[in-house]
Amino acid sequence: MVNGAKALVESLRREGVTHMFGYAGATICEAVDAVAASDIDYTLVRTEQNAGHMASGYARISKKPGVCMVTSGPGATNLITGIATAYMDSIPMVAITGQVQSHLLGRDIFQEVDITGAVAPFIKHSYLVKDARELPRIVKEAFHIASTGRQGPVLIDIPSDIQKQEFDPVYPETVDIRGYKPSYKGNVVQIRRVAEAIRQAKQPVICAGGGIFSAGAEKELRTLAESAGIPVVTTMMGLGVLPTDHPLNMGMIGSFGNVCANKALAKSDLLILAGARVANRAILSPSEIGRRMKTIHMDVDPAEIGKNVSTNIPVVGDIKCILSQLLEIPVKVEAGEWIRMLQERRNGERQAELPALKAGVHPGKVMRSLGQHMKADAAVCVDVGQNQIWACKYLPLREGRFLTTGGLGTMGYALPAALGVKAAAKDRQTIVVCGDGSFQMAFNELATLNSQHSDVKIIVMENHVLGLVNEIQKTSYNGPFGVDLSGAPDFGKLAEAYGIAHGRVEKDGEIDGAIQAMLAYDGPYILCCSVDPDTTTGD
Amino acid sequence: MKRTISVLVENQAGALNKITGLFSRRAFNIESLAVGVTDDKNISRITIIVDSGNNVVEQVEKQLNKLVDVIKVRTIEENHMIGRELMLIKVSTSTRTRQDIMNVCQIMGGKIADISPTSMTLELSDTTEKLNLFEELLRPFSILEVARTGLVALQKGNSGI
Repeated sequence: MVNGAKALVESLRREGVTHMFGYAGATICEAVDAVAASDIDYTLVRTEQNAGHMASGYARISKKPGVCMVTSGPGATNLITGIATAYMDSIPMVAITGQVQSHLLGRDIFQEVDITGAVAPFIKHSYLVKDARELPRIVKEAFHIASTGRQGPVLIDIPSDIQKQEFDPVYPETVDIRGYKPSYKGNVVQIRRVAEAIRQAKQPVICAGGGIFSAGAEKELRTLAESAGIPVVTTMMGLGVLPTDHPLNMGMIGSFGNVCANKALAKSDLLILAGARVANRAILSPSEIGRRMKTIHMDVDPAEIGKNVSTNIPVVGDIKCILSQLLEIPVKVEAGEWIRMLQERRNGERQAELPALKAGVHPGKVMRSLGQHMKADAAVCVDVGQNQIWACKYLPLREGRFLTTGGLGTMGYALPAALGVKAAAKDRQTIVVCGDGSFQMAFNELATLNSQHSDVKIIVMENHVLGLVNEIQKTSYNGPFGVDLSGAPDFGKLAEAYGIAHGRVEKDGEIDGAIQAMLAYDGPYILCCSVDPDTTTGD
Repeated sequence: MKRTISVLVENQAGALNKITGLFSRRAFNIESLAVGVTDDKNISRITIIVDSGNNVVEQVEKQLNKLVDVIKVRTIEENHMIGRELMLIKVSTSTRTRQDIMNVCQIMGGKIADISPTSMTLELSDTTEKLNLFEELLRPFSILEVARTGLVALQKGNSGI
């Protein structure tokens, strides 16, 4: 006989869990006790939301579901933003919450919330465990659901008495959920239609999204683009699918994207969407797409097809599998002129000299320098706001990862995500790019960074203003209001208080030296870059 | 255009909540919704009527299919459907009007479910249109209360969803 908590931890171990992020509290203590007695590594975060973001960063690098565990009530509600962020970015995650004793449910007792009800709109599936004997099956199902089909978060809410319930567990070997059978292989007839459409296209373009990374289909996508000779654009979540300097990579589409990429999209006669759902920030006028060109949409989630843009040839299935099936049919496009025209624009854009600004550094120059000096496989965690746009536009990527939240756009994501990356890959160079707004949403996790001895380099674009909102207020509203960040501490002194090395860049000429010093430093490092508050994402 | 969607779901706490929640957060309008257990006590059938364009109905079906608790979803075509709804309708009566009300009830194929010196409760199980007509015919007699179940439907012939 074991109790529910021990059966939970044994079930997690059987799913290959080696690391968890959490915050203890009264209703989860039994489970925490069981984790303590196991060989699973446990990271104490500084607020529950960041347990979700760390699990997200961990999942994106380890390619297995990230696991976070928090207590009931406020612990669970604090985690909600982490869950919603993972849902919008299709990140596999298993979130475990403590709950009040099952016979007291519904009485609004201390630290009780209906968390399965609260997260329903943005979670793939959730369980409220009423009998510990179901725990082994539920954990098995949760990992299966989180990591297959369109990946996403799954919640398991466990009342404290269920964690204490003694029973003889039976651990299932397989999963069978009659309402959940995701498609894997693409329909053969549809794939033949795709090949034929590509053959007939004069100006095709592939638009690759985050789904390529979810499925691990980077190689297949690259092979298709190269063998068929099709230029590639990406969404924000697809950045890094091809190296930035790859001759077929035409950049990122969207309202903050590259001119060349948007041109490629607008002028193409065949748009091949691969693991991209193209929401409003990626494609501004979806009706134009339907009018101008033929569209192929390949996605694991059938509900994405036809939701944002109309589609001529839908293919549902795992994108790695679909692309492998497609590669069996040799296709070649004669689009040399089309590619040359795009490459010319692309090179012009990439090599454009960035101007000297009236004060502070040009953030684009910081990103270019970072890209030049960082390791080829570095993981760069990018926050939300102007810093995100600058990184998207100017940071050159090679074989590394660009980890940001393109869906929910949650400020404060980058630092905890980076700590998750480090938990998954201790030796991988990991860099955070954030603004002073987003840094102040997350810098409580510097304590976690210290406790985990995580060697994370943090670049803070410091302009003392919520920059992107400031831009929007200037162009579309009555001017800046409620965006002034004065009152912030001296980040250098803050770094010292945490015992973290730091540096500062005031002007363009100092960038290269400062980036190199930061990357060469053995240990965590905070580099503040002075940016003029008037500097915009268009400069 | 009105569409009837038949959904088989796991009969467990929270499943219905997930389905109705989906409709509200994606701004799909439900005209009617009826739930009941099937011959398998682990499965409930939900019959939903939506009044929307083709694209919306297709998106409703796809989103319903994504829910893990949902086992099957099918839009049932109007002319392949057998659909029924139950209405209980309470009307105020007097010795003067009682016979007229009973006539209407008989013509429409309804039954008298309850009777008191000043009221009568009638029941009718039929198509939505017939129920609407029944209500219309009883309106002159002063309706006190109406309760309707919402439509339940199956496909005609031997095919199931």
